[in-house]
Amino acid sequence: MTHTLTASELAAVRADFPLLERTVRDGKPLVYLDSGATSQKPHPVLDAEQDFYLQRNAAVHRGAHQLAEEATDAFEDAREQVAAFVGASPHEIVWTSGATGALNLLAYAMQNASLGRGGHEARQFALGPGDQIVVTELEHHSNLIPWQELAARTGASLAWIPVLDNGRLDESSLASVVSERTRVLAFTHASNVTGAITNVPAFVARAREVGAITVLDACQSVPNLPVNLHELGVDFAAFSGHKMLGPTGVGALYGRREMLEALPPVSFGGSMVEVVTMDSATYMPAPQKFEAGTQMVAQAVAMGAAAQYLGELGMTGVLAHERELARELLKICELEGVRVIGPLDLEDRLAVVSFVVDGVHAHDVGQLLDSDGVAVRVGHHCAQPLHRRFGVASTSRATGSVYNTLDEVERFRESLSRVRAFFKVN
Amino acid sequence: MEQLYQQVILDHSKTPNGRGLVELAPEALGAESHQVNPTCGDEVTMRVSFTGEGEQRTVSKISWDGQGCSISQASISILTQLVEGHTVAEAEEVAEVFRELMDTRGKGFAEHDDHALSKEDLLGDATAFTGVSKFPARIKCALLGWSALRDTFAQTGVLSGAE
Repeated sequence: MTHTLTASELAAVRADFPLLERTVRDGKPLVYLDSGATSQKPHPVLDAEQDFYLQRNAAVHRGAHQLAEEATDAFEDAREQVAAFVGASPHEIVWTSGATGALNLLAYAMQNASLGRGGHEARQFALGPGDQIVVTELEHHSNLIPWQELAARTGASLAWIPVLDNGRLDESSLASVVSERTRVLAFTHASNVTGAITNVPAFVARAREVGAITVLDACQSVPNLPVNLHELGVDFAAFSGHKMLGPTGVGALYGRREMLEALPPVSFGGSMVEVVTMDSATYMPAPQKFEAGTQMVAQAVAMGAAAQYLGELGMTGVLAHERELARELLKICELEGVRVIGPLDLEDRLAVVSFVVDGVHAHDVGQLLDSDGVAVRVGHHCAQPLHRRFGVASTSRATGSVYNTLDEVERFRESLSRVRAFFKVN
Repeated sequence: MEQLYQQVILDHSKTPNGRGLVELAPEALGAESHQVNPTCGDEVTMRVSFTGEGEQRTVSKISWDGQGCSISQASISILTQLVEGHTVAEAEEVAEVFRELMDTRGKGFAEHDDHALSKEDLLGDATAFTGVSKFPARIKCALLGWSALRDTFAQTGVLSGAE
């Protein structure tokens, strides 16, 4: 944690991201502070995807020709790269369309188990009336609505861990909210709004006491801090490629080996079967049984390259760099009328800073920043209940990433300091 | 920025017309519409009352409440100013011209458009939204109130009576 990225390391990183060189809005240098929504992509990732199409493109896991072998190797090597990056084994990683796809896959698989599919070993995933799913109040809609829907379809109830005024989860409520009835505890590793990092061991410990399955939304954590899923001990986790310097259209569902093997499949067709008759079919072992149809091979290969890229940079250095960015971002609190929604201390938080400017709507804040070349997110960031909790419809959000500089944060602050004057708010 | 946030827009957003819901008169034709901008969570509730019949059907009262950016709030305020007291047919014409302005990508009505001047006359303060049409993400803000108005027309069927 002591070593942050040096100036020359940071310059080398930025040189890998051609997009960061461009200007916006009549020649303003771009300050991209919206990586929480999607990250930019470095050359090695872009090259990996292009190289796959230029040199190795073929159908994977079928065909016996040399190209098919090379394509399959590239696809499975990428799985190994991603698995190694998050402290998992390759057969515990299922390719999905993204984190949303991963969480929905899991929820539908549990519904299939609830309908009796998957045999005896899948019964641990079956839900019904009397069972409970617990989420948290600060979840991204992708880790909330699939569980709302699963509860509605199975008759299970839904409860949630509340958020404290400082934007952190109320760990003290774990004992009361999570009970013997709780079958699933789904929670985020790091909030995409408040930036707060969850105390995962406390959640896992409580879930284990009551025998609940843990599901971790790792979208914001995997790109920004060292993540070791085996050490965290969660049963399932979801993360996306495009937020971790990889391409869109690909993500992963992690499942602890015994869990993934017992989980029934959701999508059926080619590539996931062993023996098919006119009446029935048997399925491949995990992860293949979850990967029906032709996969997003080139994107998976590029996501592997992204994991490799971040791994070589070193995530402790990335985290230390982002802590510096967070410190600079949080200085916006000193601006009059600016209020941060989330922890103001640097402990256990990401460089994700959501804020309101009193008297100015987030859209208007974002528009002025944009006119200065500063790209932030405005709106509810797919977390409406959390915004409602804080009594606001929307916020503006600046997120720092591995390629952002302290100078960029300074430009953001300068631009933000003009907002209230422009909109004539006293 | 100054092109987008014209003074008239800032003024309307600070002291908007028609803000504060009033009860619909039970004996009069009227409707309420709730519209949301899903990208930012902004919302408006609008109540519209009508008097008269047929071609003389008139928007007699507009009241609304909501939260939103200065673009959406100013647009609803100007809508109220433009439409209240006018016939449904006139209101629909203004709405159509405003939507047309929003499709001009910041250019406004073309110079070769013979009707450009009369369209600008029709829109009055709303021509200040020309700059908004340059920003696709903000067009929805400007149209939020107009969607509510159109919804009240649809709910009450007043448009068919106006033709």
